[in-house]
Amino acid sequence: MIHEVNTWFAERLSDHGIITSYLEDHHPTHMPCLQVRRLDWTHVAEEARRQDMRMVSLWAAEAGSHDNEALYAYTAFAHPEYRHVLLRTDLNTDDPVLPDISRHYVAAARMERTLQDMFGIRVEGLEDTRRWLKHEHWPEDVHPLRTGFPASTRMGQIEGEYAFLKAEGDGVYEIPVGPVHAGVIEPGHFRFHAVGEDILNMEARLGYVHKGIEKRFEGLTANDGARLAGRISGDSTVAHAWAFAQACENAAYLVVPERAVALRAILCERERIANHIGDIGGVCNDAAFTFMNSQMQRLREEMARVHKDVFGHRLLMDLILPGGVHCDLNGETAMALAENTRALASEVEQLRTIYADHPSIQERVIGSGPVSIEDAKSIGLLGYVGRASGVYADERVEEAYPPYDRLQVRMPQGKFGDVATRVWVRFEEIAESARLICDLLKDIPDGPVITDFVAPEAGISGFNVIEGWRGEIAAWVRFGQNGCIDRYAVRDPSEINWLGLELAVREVPVPDFPLNNKSFNCSYSGNDL
Amino acid sequence: MLELFTKIVKTGNRTEPLGDADNEIEMLGQKLDAAIRRKFKGSLAIREVDAGSCNGCELEIIAMSNCYYDLDRFGVHFVPSPRFADMLLVTGPVARNMEMALKMTYEATPGPKLVVAVGDCAANCGVFGKDNYAIAGAVSDIIPVDVVVYGCPPTPADIIHGILAAVEGEVAATGFQYG
Repeated sequence: MIHEVNTWFAERLSDHGIITSYLEDHHPTHMPCLQVRRLDWTHVAEEARRQDMRMVSLWAAEAGSHDNEALYAYTAFAHPEYRHVLLRTDLNTDDPVLPDISRHYVAAARMERTLQDMFGIRVEGLEDTRRWLKHEHWPEDVHPLRTGFPASTRMGQIEGEYAFLKAEGDGVYEIPVGPVHAGVIEPGHFRFHAVGEDILNMEARLGYVHKGIEKRFEGLTANDGARLAGRISGDSTVAHAWAFAQACENAAYLVVPERAVALRAILCERERIANHIGDIGGVCNDAAFTFMNSQMQRLREEMARVHKDVFGHRLLMDLILPGGVHCDLNGETAMALAENTRALASEVEQLRTIYADHPSIQERVIGSGPVSIEDAKSIGLLGYVGRASGVYADERVEEAYPPYDRLQVRMPQGKFGDVATRVWVRFEEIAESARLICDLLKDIPDGPVITDFVAPEAGISGFNVIEGWRGEIAAWVRFGQNGCIDRYAVRDPSEINWLGLELAVREVPVPDFPLNNKSFNCSYSGNDL
Repeated sequence: MLELFTKIVKTGNRTEPLGDADNEIEMLGQKLDAAIRRKFKGSLAIREVDAGSCNGCELEIIAMSNCYYDLDRFGVHFVPSPRFADMLLVTGPVARNMEMALKMTYEATPGPKLVVAVGDCAANCGVFGKDNYAIAGAVSDIIPVDVVVYGCPPTPADIIHGILAAVEGEVAATGFQYG
């Protein structure tokens, strides 16, 4: 569990004369947090880009009551081999200014806009300074994540308008869609510019389901936090609860019982299968191939019923807690679950041959909404979206956190980046997840499923990544007084993958947008927090 | 193509048959069917509005349309616009950023404008809490609500219960009747 301190990136930076200092109050040591000077901030990002690292996240935190008054900006980068490294810099609390890194990492732009909204941090050099989560009707000078802002504040409304991108020219027209969409999905606004049938540009305007989740975490105990984390995005409840729980455990240097670790992975892989099945059905439905949708939704319902019987919740909510899990399997249920998973996977394989042999659906998905390998790497696309476009990042393989360290996950590698490849990756992942579940169930370690979680002292922070079904979830937690959380910053993969969707649908006919949207299926709630 | 038809035949009819006393959905469905026939000429149009949910409730609402529940057979269908909806199914605590959209959707809905608030968040803001700067309130704080369905998320059967309660209570509450 206790790794050596990872000094790789600190050494790279020192080659360029950038001085860093290692922060002792951050765990785990193989994902170190380095303090850098603010004037080096952009150079650090430049060097990270040169080393082929991807940007993981960007967030800020005020020092809690345990520390002198301070405001910090954090960012994290990941290298395929040398793994994650966090960087921290000091900001002036009265007039916080942070240099922009979006010229090196385009995905940072919206995160920087979020820092502007939530902390009042002015990002120097940021081109697009429009508000992001704080919609136009919010008063100007409120910054909800500053500690001086009480969570229960009732704000007034002001007049304002969001400046969408404009397009001009012969035959260019706009289609505004949302925030309330036509289907049973989450709210968000899409602004299309189209010429004839084809989309010229799509701009997503999100933030509609901003629920103040990060503020809500402040002052919660770790157990209450797990419940809230499970509702960051309901369809990834297992992955988010796991990411949160393990971030807490990393902070507290807690080793979780092996049985609990195996159970977490079983839950996570079942969640992955359920969502992939549902989305493949959704993609086919959007191309009017209703047979496949009916079959897939049937399988998904059967999974939900098994989950209810075996684990007590159809969507697997509230099963993961810091310290372990809140469920167990006996020999009989384990065998039944393995049998169920095997049968499910073989049905999916059978449906896959029908899908592959059907020209009417293949016509629609092949070549639709391609994202090039170059673009995917530049954005740092995650999960199946990245894996369909040559970004072969899978934390189960690269970080190989337990129990995946003993499982050897096989990761599908696509390169065309179109809807068909994204669906293909998902079919492959269903088969692989089923194999993993059966392997885990075959020799599930004996022992307890939970151990006491003792919160670390105030000021200790922990970082962690979990490969949820959408991709890498990055979680950073810091504890404050009385074992309560004083800041939880989490980055759902959707925050990055939304950019991929905007890029993918250029030159795609408007009626194929739903198809593409479903093949990405980014979370709105996970993005808006 | 042969494989497709074979699959359909082999899968058979998974929709749970009517009149099975052991099965809650079917008992419910029968009642719902009768109520919708009586009051909505056999067709109830629902507009779903996510006012800030975590999307868990959406998964269960989508599940109501799968072959096991097959809500369509009782005349219930989801429509893409509030302008021709009889009922709004609203999920989530109402996010501050969705308050206006929810009000506009409600205003665009013609009578009888039934509203079912689905899930603990819609009922009382759930884990996100009312004392939250980003939350405008529970659904009933923003628009009139006929029926509240609790659960995190409620099961498809619970939601069907809620729809039924709203449809049955409709005449008594508003004196409105079709036909």
